[in-house]
Amino acid sequence: MTHKNERLINLLVPVLSVVLGLLLGAIVMLAFGYDPVLGYASLIDGAVGGPFYIGETLRQATPLILTALGFAVANTAGFFNIGVAGQALFGWVGSISVALMMPDLPKLLLVPLCLLVGALCGAIWAGIAGFLRAYFDTSEVIVTIMLNYTALYIANHVVRNVLTKGDDATPQISENASLRTDWLTTLTDNSTLHLGLIIAVMMCIIVWIMMQKTTLGYELRAVGMNPYASEYAGMSTKKNIILAMAISGALAGLGGSMEGLGNFQNLFVQGSMPSIGFDGMAVSLLGAGNPFGILVAGILFGALKIGGVSMPIGSDVPTEVVDIVIASIIFFVGSSYLIRYFMKKFKRNEQKLIAANGTKKGVN
Amino acid sequence: MDAFISTASIVVSSALIYAAPLIFTALGGTFSERGGIVNVGLEGIMVMGAFSSIVFNLAFAEQLGSWTPWIALLVGGGIGVIFSLIHAVATVNLRANHIVSGTVVNMLAPALAVFLTRILFEGKGQTEIIQQNFGKSSVPLLKDIPIIGQIFFTNTSAMAFVAIFVSILAWILLFKTRFGLRLRSVGEHPQAADTLGINVYFMRYAGVMISGLLGGIGGAIAAQSISLNFSHSTIAGQGFIALAAMIFGKWNPLGAMGAAIFFGFAQSLSVIGSYIPLIKDVPSVVLQTAPYILTVIVLVGVIGKSEAPAADGETYIKSK
Repeated sequence: MTHKNERLINLLVPVLSVVLGLLLGAIVMLAFGYDPVLGYASLIDGAVGGPFYIGETLRQATPLILTALGFAVANTAGFFNIGVAGQALFGWVGSISVALMMPDLPKLLLVPLCLLVGALCGAIWAGIAGFLRAYFDTSEVIVTIMLNYTALYIANHVVRNVLTKGDDATPQISENASLRTDWLTTLTDNSTLHLGLIIAVMMCIIVWIMMQKTTLGYELRAVGMNPYASEYAGMSTKKNIILAMAISGALAGLGGSMEGLGNFQNLFVQGSMPSIGFDGMAVSLLGAGNPFGILVAGILFGALKIGGVSMPIGSDVPTEVVDIVIASIIFFVGSSYLIRYFMKKFKRNEQKLIAANGTKKGVN
Repeated sequence: MDAFISTASIVVSSALIYAAPLIFTALGGTFSERGGIVNVGLEGIMVMGAFSSIVFNLAFAEQLGSWTPWIALLVGGGIGVIFSLIHAVATVNLRANHIVSGTVVNMLAPALAVFLTRILFEGKGQTEIIQQNFGKSSVPLLKDIPIIGQIFFTNTSAMAFVAIFVSILAWILLFKTRFGLRLRSVGEHPQAADTLGINVYFMRYAGVMISGLLGGIGGAIAAQSISLNFSHSTIAGQGFIALAAMIFGKWNPLGAMGAAIFFGFAQSLSVIGSYIPLIKDVPSVVLQTAPYILTVIVLVGVIGKSEAPAADGETYIKSK
């Protein structure tokens, strides 16, 4: 298989996975007596049918892009950071805490400060897993799963006992800490779209430059490909492990800040892990870990999620169908062997056909 | 003295109620990982077990009476087996990353279960409360032992004792039978096992399906003895705690059982903590996070690196 073919297949796997996932969703709808055409029509209408819906879709995509970038950075360095949800939650807690503590700071100072603290909280939480992996060789998968639940209970405790006196939600943050701006709100017909989108896009570019054009990115990729060889080449594996997890957590924490400063404008008691964690992992897998792939995948998932909310209104289809579609898309991405296998087979048949035609021509 | 006995009795019985689903699910995880398939999808398997058992329970409670929860348990296990096949196909045949596949299982299960709940219960996201549940029961004979009988065997969770019994069976199956030897060999060194004529793919399917059976049962117990209905929050993290219990127990059924009882105790503390004089003043956040933090500490301090089955998480490709 040539290099060019391989690149084509790498692009086709996610595209085909999306198609197969949507197809499976249609089959589920058909099987339970719903009209898939109407279902998907109302999904599309609810996702991009007007400036308001486009704004909501992009707002939904914003934290997903950041948590996905976080997952991707760790993954490039060979770590499975299943804890992005907990790190995002801590970012959320950190940002809201600062915003509530200093509500009167000028906006130009307060917003960056809130974002910085959010990123830092995520970085520290993920850094624990990185540190334990580096020095004690403990599985980052298990540690981050455990840290997820620890974060959940600590965050709820902070809401009830630190930020409020026994309430289930904090007060709204001041205008000075908010990421929302009038021009974006008016532009999108009063949607909740906020400046976070610009931050998310900027981060895509920064992460791409960092991973592709800097020594740090090179080392992280090298450690991911072969930790022994990179150690032999003089790179510090320990340092790179901790750094990769901390950067990953910082991005996830920023994702959480987006929910706090942009979307909800407060923090509340959570019944389960914020969904931007696992959805971010899905976005990252679909985007094949490439920052620009993640940008596209994040917007697609944002559209699915927001469109899914409109499905029961326009077509009676329960919104959970969207989550079934998302899970199956990731199933097909994860099982890309299946797609690659059939594509190779298809290609071989085609080549046989060409070869057969060729000999025929030769005879003539 | 009486006050002590009644407090101890409350502590033990609620610890056992919370432990029972964890024991079954942790045992399930043990079988899957002994066969070399990492199963972070236990949480999703529990969700399907919980959902199907509640639906069955609501549908057949009138005909089956007090037998309902027990039969619903088997239904939950059966659905767990079917659902676990997704993980088996993806990891064994389609060469998917085990954690990605397990995550898919965890994402799919609540979506599918709540979707089906809406279809079955007129658009509602949660079911009615079941009438036939695993109440508290006392163990005959043993309950008459002075003090101990009252603390351990009166008004307690029958399922916990079934779970302890099943743990012993699981240990025998894994370490004393041919099947167990084969399953473990596939998880340690699949190439060697293959050379000896063991069907690696079949054994790995078996391991994952047993985890589906036991995880489904675990979910069914949680639903029918703790939440008593099904919603998206019926199973909230128990699958991951069971996973932790399995690691805590060093991939050994008896160790997993012990760890699951400990986690059950820790979980119940945050629920009944306010009744117990000694820990009444401990902030609930400490009790809630304790099982998770302890797991991390044990991972760092106690468990060596070589404890997991050697080929755990590796996809075996026959032609290699």
